[in-house]
Amino acid sequence: MTWVEAIFTALSSPLFYKLTIMSALPLIFAAIGGVFSEKTGVTNIALEGIMKLGAFTSIAFVFITGNVWIGLMMGLFSGLILAFLHAYVSIEWKANQIVSATALILIAEGLVGFLMIPIFGQEGQTDFVEKLPLIRIEFLQKIPFLGEIIGEITIFFYIAVAVIIASWFIIYKTPLGLRMRAVGENPRAADTLGINVKAIRYFGVLMSGLFAALGGIYIALGDLGQFQEEMPAGRGFIALAAMILGNWSPIGAMWAALLFGAAEALNIQLQAILDLPSEIQALLNLLPFILTIVVVAGFVGKTRSPAASGKPYEKE
Amino acid sequence: MKFLTKNKLMPFLVPILAVLFSLIIAALVILMIGKNPFSAYAKLIEGAFVGKFAWADNITKMTSLLLTGLAVGFGFRAGVFNIGAEGQMAVGGMMAVIVGINMGNVPAILAIPITMMAGILGGAVWASIAGFLKAKTGAHEVITTIMLNWVAYHLSNYLVSSPLAVGDGVPKSPEIARSAQLPPLLTVGAASVPSGIIIALIAAVVVYIILEKTTTGYEIKAVGYNPYAAEYGGISISKNIVLTMAISGGLAGLAGAMEVMCVYHRVFGAFTGGRGFDGITVALIGQNHPLGMIFSSFLISSLRSGAGDMQTAGIPEDIVVLIQGIIIFFVAADRIIKTIINKTSDKIAAKKGGEQV
Repeated sequence: MTWVEAIFTALSSPLFYKLTIMSALPLIFAAIGGVFSEKTGVTNIALEGIMKLGAFTSIAFVFITGNVWIGLMMGLFSGLILAFLHAYVSIEWKANQIVSATALILIAEGLVGFLMIPIFGQEGQTDFVEKLPLIRIEFLQKIPFLGEIIGEITIFFYIAVAVIIASWFIIYKTPLGLRMRAVGENPRAADTLGINVKAIRYFGVLMSGLFAALGGIYIALGDLGQFQEEMPAGRGFIALAAMILGNWSPIGAMWAALLFGAAEALNIQLQAILDLPSEIQALLNLLPFILTIVVVAGFVGKTRSPAASGKPYEKE
Repeated sequence: MKFLTKNKLMPFLVPILAVLFSLIIAALVILMIGKNPFSAYAKLIEGAFVGKFAWADNITKMTSLLLTGLAVGFGFRAGVFNIGAEGQMAVGGMMAVIVGINMGNVPAILAIPITMMAGILGGAVWASIAGFLKAKTGAHEVITTIMLNWVAYHLSNYLVSSPLAVGDGVPKSPEIARSAQLPPLLTVGAASVPSGIIIALIAAVVVYIILEKTTTGYEIKAVGYNPYAAEYGGISISKNIVLTMAISGGLAGLAGAMEVMCVYHRVFGAFTGGRGFDGITVALIGQNHPLGMIFSSFLISSLRSGAGDMQTAGIPEDIVVLIQGIIIFFVAADRIIKTIINKTSDKIAAKKGGEQV
């Protein structure tokens, strides 16, 4: 089979679209998290670390308690803690946000690596645990093609739909969202109008922790049912690229994440269809990373970041 | 005691206190898993400093850490965050191998500098991609260099699993020619100190001279300090960003070449072992100053080589990553530490004043 035929075969199968959605889900959550943080003027490149800690914590608590919902809650909580540290030093102490976030990525990596043996008794990866449930909707399943894609799909698909709609609504249709955008564009003017700049920024960064953790939890507890130490394998940074490509809007971030998801799905499908030698497979694995570089280089400047993003605000 | 805060001690106090705080917090984490932090740190010190093997390992690690630290620190001075030293080191190592295996008929006096240059160029070109993209399109170097790390990682896996594969077991490349290998600086029994440390120290001096004594260094620092003022003063931001990334990447590439020419004589998957990321800590503790980084690279190499012994005592090695993360966190939030120092010195001053009355 030639490459063109293989690509055509892949694109015409419902599995490709299902894989696209599943690959995009962690990026959607984390990218929207990034949107929340940057909209209020705080850069958060620690999404990668938050995803890792969220994924690890959720599996650890399922492993200990046997309850997936406790795992989900504790995973989210771990993301909030890490994000709070970033918010605290960025907002209260005017820390360099890039350096602080790098520190958090290392803290997450160190903590996770350190706790693998004490908690799971093994390194590298954990045993399989129960996953969060799939949702099956009878009438959707009866629809041809579409039914095969979303008729039976992880609960995170519906969480993502809710998150996308809710964040769009919060950011563009509520007074809170208006304040967030004001603080991210011009904190001094917002402050003059009586908006609590610090509180709004805390809110933005904490939301980024919540959503990035959700992305990590999906990879571990929603998709695989296992934690692996290399998770999320760069997806936190790809999510930042999706945020930029999506022009700092939740809907835009979703489309960008779906594009990256499609690249990933195509990679998986081609490897399955074409029966490629392992060294060609290794090269195909480069695709998502090169695509990210192209996107970041091609779209920065064409999209626009919030004006005060990354700049500490000091009251005069 | 107010002089503490005003004089030149502050740049030293901040990193020293950051290291101290992080060791204390890490001790609490060790306590949390039911281990004794004192015996853990005793193991760490033993693993880093006791015996000739410990010293040989320590100095070997310091070599690559000083070079990646210089790479990251040089970038910081120009306001560029090169988080991609890991990938540039990998590419440097790969280039040194590709050139080094073909040096069979070349005398060492030529083979060594040629192989070294191949590593430097490899790292420089790899980093320049990110520098060029930042200068031309504004793509943030943190994202591009991280992505280039992954590309380098997959490329090196590809290289040792197919075109350059040799032998069974772990995928690895063949050894470079003997003439391209750097002889050890000194050998005591089976332990040997690689001569790469001399080259790393020379690199530190060269970086110091570039930054402090040349026009290029002045321009690079000006761009880092205030890009708008620099451009107004006729300094090209784009040119200096690409140049900074090239020099920074060249240093990281040299780290990879040293690892190949002194230590492994070949590459295998992930042979960089996180040294590129450790370089960030080295640069931040050393306050991006070449002299400071000589000390901080020794600190991190000691942590790294002591960690192995801690692992055998049941304390996972990753505690070192956690320690580094906490150090960087405090360096980022240096105002917290400065406030503590100021308050303490004020208190001491008040106390002294009280006694005098």
